[in-house]
Amino acid sequence: MTSDRTRLIREMVRIRVVEEVLADHYRDEQEMRTAIHFSIGQEATAVGVLAATSAQDWVYAAHRTHAPYLAKGGDLTALVAELYGREAGCSHGRGGSIHLIDQSVGFAGSGAILGEMISVAVGSGWAFALRGEARVALTFFGDGATEEGVFAESLNFAAVHRVPVVFVCENNLYSISSPLATRQPAGTSVRGRAEAAGVPAVAVDGNDVFAVHAAAQDAVRRCREGGGPALLELSTYRWREHVGPGWDHHHGYRSAQEIDEWVERCPIRRAVASVRAEEPGIDELVRQWEGESRDEISAAVAHARALPFPVVADLLDGAYAEVAR
Amino acid sequence: MTGEREQDVRALTYWQAISEATVQCMAADERVLVVGEGVDDFRGTYGTTKEAFQRFGPRRVVDVPNSENATAGIAVGAAVAGLRPVVVHTRADFLFLAMDALVNLAAKWRYMYGGDKGGAPVVTRGVVGRGWGQGATHSQSPHATFGHYAGLHVATPATPADAKGLLVAALTGDTPVVLIENRSLYSLEGEVPEAMTPVPFGVGRVARPGTDVTVVAASLMVHEALRAADQLATHGVSVEVVDVRSIRPLDDAIICESVARTGRLVVADTSWARYGFSAEVAAVVAENVPQALRAPVRRVTPPDCPSPVSWPLEEAFNAGATQIVRACLEVCEVSGPALPALEAVTAGFQGPY
Repeated sequence: MTSDRTRLIREMVRIRVVEEVLADHYRDEQEMRTAIHFSIGQEATAVGVLAATSAQDWVYAAHRTHAPYLAKGGDLTALVAELYGREAGCSHGRGGSIHLIDQSVGFAGSGAILGEMISVAVGSGWAFALRGEARVALTFFGDGATEEGVFAESLNFAAVHRVPVVFVCENNLYSISSPLATRQPAGTSVRGRAEAAGVPAVAVDGNDVFAVHAAAQDAVRRCREGGGPALLELSTYRWREHVGPGWDHHHGYRSAQEIDEWVERCPIRRAVASVRAEEPGIDELVRQWEGESRDEISAAVAHARALPFPVVADLLDGAYAEVAR
Repeated sequence: MTGEREQDVRALTYWQAISEATVQCMAADERVLVVGEGVDDFRGTYGTTKEAFQRFGPRRVVDVPNSENATAGIAVGAAVAGLRPVVVHTRADFLFLAMDALVNLAAKWRYMYGGDKGGAPVVTRGVVGRGWGQGATHSQSPHATFGHYAGLHVATPATPADAKGLLVAALTGDTPVVLIENRSLYSLEGEVPEAMTPVPFGVGRVARPGTDVTVVAASLMVHEALRAADQLATHGVSVEVVDVRSIRPLDDAIICESVARTGRLVVADTSWARYGFSAEVAAVVAENVPQALRAPVRRVTPPDCPSPVSWPLEEAFNAGATQIVRACLEVCEVSGPALPALEAVTAGFQGPY
């Protein structure tokens, strides 16, 4: 059990360091010309959930893509090359940060339009079930996406057809700068909406990676055994601005104090504290992992920047199957 | 035609041809499934999904909730995971609720993930219910809307043979396809090959050869153009009718070759002129064979307002053979013959629609 726990922490540390280093390069170089929505501060959701899946299970992410991509095992070099618009990127520079894919590990895609990938995940899960495969589809989305009609429609369809899909709501309290209270009525919850649609749901502290992981294991197992869909509502918090590498407390929609309080509840720090008794060397291990991850991402950045861009002669390639690459 | 070939072709109605294509494709490929509101009911989508349901049952002919937005996305997800869903809309107007999945996902999937990860080959059938008081939101033909987006194929079959062949092409190809079917054509009979033979996208046909003026048309308007051509022939005007069969890809060559011969162009469409199919055809000719034009291009389309319900207003709204005749006479600078108005192709239809 100890090794499982430390593995989750290590994965969170890696994603944190990768994103912090990427944010610095993004800000300082202005060379990653793609809209990036950093997951810094909410690593426990992706890591906890996706550690409960296998490569045969598919996950679709929304616009905050890097953490789910990396937590599913997506190739880091191909991610960084994609951010730099290089031909060697996971989408050959055609997708950018929002349209990542790594089919070899079951990262099936990600998209910018709120809620759309929820329905796509239901469709893939439905296909698995129709073929009698014991595979599960998962979909990450924010609290904002639950206001879209497609969310309600997808819950309903998944419940009616008992689709093996796990809906993962990362409720980080804001849709860009709009707080939840201005968008959803008091006394309601994402979990409640799912249950009303006939989808079993649990609300979990999304900054507690172990609780998230346990809930995800239950949901994935239930799906795999033919029990139908499940929803996880994971409360968490985005530290940086909605899109881009900066901090945004000065914009006034949320206070520096609120951000500080959530930084105090850092999922990595909390996980480390909770294992320290059984794993006394954990702080040293984390420092070691931070160093390794820094080396890894620095090498990936240097590698990506030296790679060639796509050639303009290939601009139309892939628009149609007839001109596939 | 050889004796053997003759056995391969028999008369079917447009709806029977769609049904046959669906059943044959489902028998040939277990990945194909039909998805739509009421596709399993006693009407069977004007008969087009009835035999498929009888043969393959509710697991492959699936009645779905009234959720056009999610259903379109679900179809994308199913297609990405290896199925070949046909999503059926008995009123094409509901396709506007499915725009995100069709335009942002299906059309772009292959490209935005780099071109080598596969696509989202969903097939979407939209039925246009023009006429008989369908009104503003039950009689639009959205083919041009979808025709705008790279990554899709958009077809507008006018004949039973093409209704079958284009659906077969859609279900055996790797590109997401939108098929627009005009309800008025369902009872139309024509020769249809028995074999599951695809009609390729982007290949038009000359529905009637002529020398004085080219009428380019899609779907129902092909038949209006043919009736106009019959009448004009009795007054010495020879009309060539080009049925584009699909509007994306569009067979630029067949249009330009025809106009290069006739020197005159009329475009007839069931949808509006502005930014529409008729505008695209005019642009293709203006870009490629401008020197061939001996008269201004004329477009025969509905006027710039939503479709009304009241009988006389609706009759005035829907352009047909009479307007095509008038446009051809104008571009041919033939004055004189006051030709009798032609009844709409849909005349004689018994409601309710």
